[in-house]
Amino acid sequence: MSGKVLVITSGKGGVGKTTTTANLGTALAMMGYKVVLVDTDIGLRNLDVVMGLENRIVFDIVDVVNENCKLKQAMIKDKRFDGLYLLPAAQTKEKTAVSPHQMRSLSAELKKEFDYVLIDCPAGIEQGFKNAIAGADEALVVATPEVSSVRDADRIIGLLEAAGLAISRLIINRIRPKMVRRGDMMDIDDIIDILAIKLIGVVPEDEVIVVSTNRGEPAVIDYTSKAGEAYRRIARRLVGEEVPFMVLDYNEGLFDRFRRMLKLAAR
Amino acid sequence: MAFLDLINKLLGRDNSSKQVAKERLRLVLVHDRANTAPVDFLTALKEDLIRVISQYMEIDEEALEVTFSNSDNSVALIANIPVIKMRRAVNN
Repeated sequence: MSGKVLVITSGKGGVGKTTTTANLGTALAMMGYKVVLVDTDIGLRNLDVVMGLENRIVFDIVDVVNENCKLKQAMIKDKRFDGLYLLPAAQTKEKTAVSPHQMRSLSAELKKEFDYVLIDCPAGIEQGFKNAIAGADEALVVATPEVSSVRDADRIIGLLEAAGLAISRLIINRIRPKMVRRGDMMDIDDIIDILAIKLIGVVPEDEVIVVSTNRGEPAVIDYTSKAGEAYRRIARRLVGEEVPFMVLDYNEGLFDRFRRMLKLAAR
Repeated sequence: MAFLDLINKLLGRDNSSKQVAKERLRLVLVHDRANTAPVDFLTALKEDLIRVISQYMEIDEEALEVTFSNSDNSVALIANIPVIKMRRAVNN
């Protein structure tokens, strides 16, 4: 078997890389694929707590590349979902504890056994970023509709192109339809226009994400969650299905509607 | 005109914070992309300009300057190219 290695990256921190990795991985596993999530944020690991697997870590990615343990020993099997595994980052080492060369061989090794290898990239563009993208076949760039995030995403896309990553696709995260409607948040089209990159999904802001992270249960298992629904759709697009984009609920009030009608009339 | 502006304001058009964000991003990315280009962007552009313009006139290559100039809501590429001589153009 030869799977696909996807790196989830963004440049800016706090835009939802880890949440995206956890949810897409879980969604793919729920669809029956064999998936491993790799946390490359050495020194600041978090994918383990987001997945609720923090108590089961024995070995980590640095142990694997230094051959202190076998790859199989370091991977944690998620008992809730068939075929879902986590390779945690080391918490006490530094980013330089792993080299891009080692990441390439690790990715090649994992590809043999898994359908999807999802790599959670640290924030920044230094060594951690270089490690994370080294073995990747494709990149998913996560950006929120904010000036700082879009700017950093643009820089990241440039670096991915320079590194020769052929396919990069954009996930717009934490969009707030109400703010978009009243002209206080950049819309999907604005961001695509600026970044000139293919869109693979839009995830609305959703309180369920906070709750699910509190519990260590990815939002995709909650069928009432809008973000969960958005992530499940992205997972289906990843495997090549044509899935329509979610209609985001604008919760239009009477005043909004009146204002919109005025706007149309003034055109 | 003032009345139209007032309506625009009431309707939240043009000066919406989203519009401001887009404009600011557009401008900052001009600089970011120029500064992070793999080759020295302005030097490469200079060489190309010299090559093209020299077909029409003799210019002072040493004194040629190409810079970005910022104003409120636009970025301009400013080229200052001292001309030494025109080439003699002959119709035939």
